[in-house]
Amino acid sequence: MALTIKDVEHVAKLARLGLSEEEKTTLVDQLSKIFGYMEVLNKIDTKGVLPTSHALPMKNVFRQDKAIPFNNTDEILANGPEVEKRMFKVPKILD
Amino acid sequence: MSKYESVIGLEIHAQLLTESKIFCSCSTTFGNEPNRNICPVCTGQPGVLPVLNKKVVEFAIKTALALHCQIAPYSIFARKQYFYPDLPKDFQISQYELPLATNGYVEINVNGNTRCIRIHRIHLEEDAGKLVHAGSDRIQGSTYSLVDFNRTGVPLMEIVSEPDMATPEEARAYVQEIAALLKSLGVCDAKMEEGSLRCDGNVSIRPVGDKNLGTKTEVKNVNSTKALKDALDAEIVRQIKAVDAGERIIQETRHFNENTGQTISLRSKEEAHDYRYFPEPDLVPLEVSKEWIDEIKQGIGELPAEKIKRYVEQFGIKTEDVETILESPGMAEFFEGAIRLYGKPQIVANWLTGEISAYLNAKKLEIKNSKLKISTLVGMLALIDKGTISGKIAKEVIVKMLDTGKSAEEIVKESGATQISDEGELIKAIQEVIKNNPKPVQDYKDGKKASITFLVGQVMKVTKGRAKPDLVNKLLEKELS
Repeated sequence: MALTIKDVEHVAKLARLGLSEEEKTTLVDQLSKIFGYMEVLNKIDTKGVLPTSHALPMKNVFRQDKAIPFNNTDEILANGPEVEKRMFKVPKILD
Repeated sequence: MSKYESVIGLEIHAQLLTESKIFCSCSTTFGNEPNRNICPVCTGQPGVLPVLNKKVVEFAIKTALALHCQIAPYSIFARKQYFYPDLPKDFQISQYELPLATNGYVEINVNGNTRCIRIHRIHLEEDAGKLVHAGSDRIQGSTYSLVDFNRTGVPLMEIVSEPDMATPEEARAYVQEIAALLKSLGVCDAKMEEGSLRCDGNVSIRPVGDKNLGTKTEVKNVNSTKALKDALDAEIVRQIKAVDAGERIIQETRHFNENTGQTISLRSKEEAHDYRYFPEPDLVPLEVSKEWIDEIKQGIGELPAEKIKRYVEQFGIKTEDVETILESPGMAEFFEGAIRLYGKPQIVANWLTGEISAYLNAKKLEIKNSKLKISTLVGMLALIDKGTISGKIAKEVIVKMLDTGKSAEEIVKESGATQISDEGELIKAIQEVIKNNPKPVQDYKDGKKASITFLVGQVMKVTKGRAKPDLVNKLLEKELS
């Protein structure tokens, strides 16, 4: 299946990526090839094969419900471009 | 509402009462300083790994059992991707395909009718952060916002119903039933006004009798069951008006404004919903064995619906009385204790749901914090049975017992409110009543036997309720013959 410029623009918008026209053209080509490979995989008969959601043969890894405070919250806050009253400042949300 | 009928489905988000967050060890304590309960995991720093809190799974299994759901032997987590400032990782870890539980039901009572509401699914996810809007008290008109991630990663259990509710009243009853159930299971404190239980309503209308569903809207921002009912009522009215005016209903999210009583469309910068879910690679699959389920099942006490059924069947008392007893914290234990000592469940229930509830409600008290004890209530009931006090006097005595904590015997002794057992004293009162009421006496003698009721009432009045009505009746008949 060949992708169109419109598909690339849609995915780019969902991922908040700003692409130049040149990048879009390159990506249409590259993503189409990846899609083509998926089509090859789709031809494999997977009847009776359980879908895999995880690469490791592991299950049920738990923590006990115990609160342990993290002591360096200031360093996390320091990542914010702007902080006010210990909160991250963000631009207005609604138009 | 004659031409149209409404169809309602609800999504309930319940914060689970764990000590720590769902995927990290941060505290879930509410009300701490902003961004105090955060760590590299819940704020999505590079290279961190989430690890599932076992208690969260146990609480969800408990709930799924109580809601008669099928618990999936194998379930997985997924990333739901969207951009919003309260979501630090730009995805929420949730469950999409293969949720923890599906296909349950709960029974609700509305105006004396029992309705079965099906549960579509129950899944686990993490809560988002809290936004504080600056320059306005709401998101509209604010100039910028501040983000507090203390709530980010607090475990949420989402309970999704089927569109089985036909009216906003049913929707309200459903939320009340789920809230009571979660509280009794001890998995959520279910305080809508504090946001520990949140509810979104999906509502559509269709011509009466139509089998197809109309286009639905999602109503958000309700913080009480009353607000939910009001919001759904308002949204149904809006949809009917729109359809009658030839408009098309648009699938959208609408916020309820409690001040205006209207729902308004919220157009955010957010892209149309395209969450691109995919399995969360950082969390391994969850397998729930039959043994684990059985172990959890054994830890579940009696559920409200089971208790109502048992009280009605075992004690033969009225359903509405059971509901009143169960609504009041600690009253069920008091009720069962009194029955063990005294028997006669309906009589105990009448006192608990009548005078005692009225007193507790007026004083905003719980029975266990009141001065009434099981033994003193039973003592009073025994005095009525012995004929020492009348039922009418007992209603005054119980208030004094609740006020002072004294026993009925003490109160009766102090006030001299015992029943008159001396027939001579009673006959004196009866003769006085006969003398003062010649007309009813004549009526009785002329064959109007019903007028004796009036005369009995007069004797009760003269004796200030201290006479035993059936004895007065007997003695009156004798005096008048």
